[in-house]
Amino acid sequence: MNWEVVIGLEIHTQLSTNSKLFSGAAVGFGAEPNTQTTLVDLGMPGALPVFNKEALRMAVMFGHAINAEIGMTSVFARKNYFYPDLPKGYQTSQMDHPIVGKGYLDVTLDDGTTSRIGITRAHLEEDAGKSLHEDFHGMSGIDLNRSSTPLLEIVSEPDIRSAKEAVAYVKMIHSIVTYLGICDGNMAEGSMRCDINLSLRPKGQQEFGTRTEIKNVNSFRFIEKAIYTEIERQADILEDGGKIVQETRLYDPEKNETRSMRSKEDANDYRYFPCPDLLPVVLTQEYVEDIKQNLPELPSQKAERFQSEYKLSEYDANVLSSSRPMADFFEQANTQVKDAKLAANWVMGELSKMLNQEQLEISQSPVSAQAFGELLVRIKDNTINGKTAKDVFQAMWQGEGSADDIIEAKGLKQVTDTGAIESMIQTILDANPAQVEQYRAADSDKQKKMIGFFVGQVMKASQGKANPGIVNPILARMLKG
Amino acid sequence: MLDQSITALAAQLRNKDISSIELTRYFLERIAKLDPQLNSYITVSEELALKQAAKADQLIQQGNTNALTGIPIAHKDLFCTQGTLTTCGSKMLHNFVPPYESTVTSRLQQAGSVMLGKTNMDEFAMGSSNENSHYGPVKNPWNLDKVPGGSSGGSAAAVAAGLAVAATGTDTGGSIRQPASFCGITGLKPTYGRVSRFGMIAYASSLDQGGPMAKSAEDCAQLMQAMAGFDDKDSTSSETANDNYLSNLNTPLTGLKIGLPKEYFGDGLDSDVANVIMNAVKEFEALGAEVKDISLPNLNLSIPSYYVIAPSEASSNLSRYDGVRFGHRCEEPKDLLDMYMRSRAEGFGQEVQKRIMVGTYALSEGYYDAYYLKAQKIRRLIKQDFTNALQEVDVIMGPVAPTTAFDLGSKTNDPVAMYLEDIYTLSVNLAGIPAMSVPAGFVQNMPVGLQIMGDYFAEAKLLNVAHQFQQNTDWHLQTPTMAKGA
Repeated sequence: MNWEVVIGLEIHTQLSTNSKLFSGAAVGFGAEPNTQTTLVDLGMPGALPVFNKEALRMAVMFGHAINAEIGMTSVFARKNYFYPDLPKGYQTSQMDHPIVGKGYLDVTLDDGTTSRIGITRAHLEEDAGKSLHEDFHGMSGIDLNRSSTPLLEIVSEPDIRSAKEAVAYVKMIHSIVTYLGICDGNMAEGSMRCDINLSLRPKGQQEFGTRTEIKNVNSFRFIEKAIYTEIERQADILEDGGKIVQETRLYDPEKNETRSMRSKEDANDYRYFPCPDLLPVVLTQEYVEDIKQNLPELPSQKAERFQSEYKLSEYDANVLSSSRPMADFFEQANTQVKDAKLAANWVMGELSKMLNQEQLEISQSPVSAQAFGELLVRIKDNTINGKTAKDVFQAMWQGEGSADDIIEAKGLKQVTDTGAIESMIQTILDANPAQVEQYRAADSDKQKKMIGFFVGQVMKASQGKANPGIVNPILARMLKG
Repeated sequence: MLDQSITALAAQLRNKDISSIELTRYFLERIAKLDPQLNSYITVSEELALKQAAKADQLIQQGNTNALTGIPIAHKDLFCTQGTLTTCGSKMLHNFVPPYESTVTSRLQQAGSVMLGKTNMDEFAMGSSNENSHYGPVKNPWNLDKVPGGSSGGSAAAVAAGLAVAATGTDTGGSIRQPASFCGITGLKPTYGRVSRFGMIAYASSLDQGGPMAKSAEDCAQLMQAMAGFDDKDSTSSETANDNYLSNLNTPLTGLKIGLPKEYFGDGLDSDVANVIMNAVKEFEALGAEVKDISLPNLNLSIPSYYVIAPSEASSNLSRYDGVRFGHRCEEPKDLLDMYMRSRAEGFGQEVQKRIMVGTYALSEGYYDAYYLKAQKIRRLIKQDFTNALQEVDVIMGPVAPTTAFDLGSKTNDPVAMYLEDIYTLSVNLAGIPAMSVPAGFVQNMPVGLQIMGDYFAEAKLLNVAHQFQQNTDWHLQTPTMAKGA
């Protein structure tokens, strides 16, 4: 049968506040267990939560970025359940009145198609702690460093229809939160995690099929693979006439399979009710407007600016603005070379290739935007040609110094002296009389093909240092005889 | 020394007629002698008290004092006190020594007071007779066969018997006022948000409020002066500026408008208690006040709505006692679920378990709207009743409880009768307004408290009204016989 997949995503985004959602404890990754905690995070009797205003500001920023209604009165609720790493026996979250209401994002796929993904809501909540099962011989350790870390849970409508669309949507959310500076976007450290709700239905059918939820997927690649795997699993069951069980599943990237975690029957009744320790959060129009006015440039705005300001193609502008560090790298390099097309090509080409090869983020690039810009300047002013520049870039990547240092040390400066080039060409013409004869007898189409041979010879003779822009016209003139 | 006010004791300390060490020893000796009969203390912190007294004496030597410097007081055992056992009357916390100090006790300590110890209470503040304590019931100093009231029964009995100059209490549904009434002392439940809840072990967060319990309104004002005020560690703490609770005590009551709600004088009210209350009201008329009949039509709904809201919040607040981190853990749990179930079954007493069950039910899916949400709507009606009434009158008066202190054990098997004890007090917590219990007379040698209720943040007014009454009566100066013996 022809199945249509229906996907809704819940993205947990860790907000990069300095302190926790309800306490003054530091938020940081990798600290010694239980060193980043206060009485509040430990759930000590009589300890009371105090709401972090910074998290509020960040949530409102996000609301503006997704064209959402801002909840002018939002309410924290308690979600009650027992778990060893949930110190108070409840998680403080939002239920009926979230801080961010309905919004949307327009997501563009690689093939250029755009679809609008609805966002149901985004609410603030505190994270739980972490259970440690190793090193405790038959017992478990509890680390509450993560307890009360601020999360923004972004819930999409079931508007997503493919794995590609899901990934594009998550990438876009990732790009927005990093642009806003409200999340470091580090998925490996759990700063962004994704729950995937997925169901299948025969194409054309209105109502949804039974869905499963895949918990805590934490990379773009795993999101895509988990979706493909789950689609296949559900389709196999349905095609065999079976029924999908509504349940929570886990994705195992090593086996590339999803596994049942708990069924709906095991589901908790969370007994949500408004948290009596926290007052409703009431915003003023002025506060909300002020945040809107001071919002940093968002990816789509940046892409438009790159097209109008730098005359880049839509494709280049979209790629460069898809991540704020890349856009910043590009713009910084371009302030030196002042040739946006050249800078764009090199950032999207050589730089991206090396980053991919070594699996590095642009922020980890061993060549800084400044140093990269200096290299581009040397291409632009004809000190070196494009091919030599690639070698220089490799040397820079290996830490051999600045572009100028390397050009100097390796003697890579282009030969731009026309006299020297002319005499070099003369030597080559003299050494290859037969080819010269042939060239002169050929028609102009054929000549165009044949000229490459002579250029190659010149480059060989100059060890790549001859400037092709200068070589070509001189060669053409001298070949005419 | 027993009938001395805080003001008088402070003067003696300042004049060095007596030292804080002497005063503290005097109370410690009384506790040693009388408390075995009363059981009003769970922990007597003798060593700490003498240390604090010595420090107070030093401050007095330096002339660096205020009204509470060197005054020995006691704290209800649900205020977390750094380094001192804090049990909340429960086996669950029988070994809990907090590494932090509640805002209330910290402020009173800052003001120089000396902590004698921690007073007995109904477990997690759930109860109206102090019979629900893991540490055994407290006896009423006026009659050892009677209950002292609850849940701040230990504080009330200790103050009434002269085992502390004053004490802290908390009031979620009447837990300061009802024991104050039963033991013949003065107690104030402030406006919700006036006194910080930080470090107060929570029962029902939206209703809990700490307050002073003392011999007189003036002494309560002295404690309020130190303990009240905004606290950035409690989000529900009010930023409204504090009144000066002492400066208006002597304002005359001429023209004061007193409302008497007819619902407070209906069936169920003991006629002797009613007489005491009406005599007190007449005393106010003699002081120049005017009396007006008013109505609080939704009073009858306060018990059902309270017994949905309070247990709901309690079921959530008490989830943290699960055997995982602190407090009681069962022996050799088989697995996690076994640890949760046995730790909680062993650690919590019957009444606490009952309220957790009720609260869990009321919040559960499918019942939330019918119970919790409905109760919140009723709460709004009750609040409105008070707001409307307080537009017409300055204060509202009525009884604190339908009867005087009852016999120990007489209501333990009748939960409804026990819950009805709080019919005149609960609605005040639902509305969040301040209210006091002031000794107003006796019925068969047992004290009767007059309840005075006022508008939000009208504590200073209530204390003034109570103080004026006490300037003209001596009910608050009576001492139980057992206390005189020592």
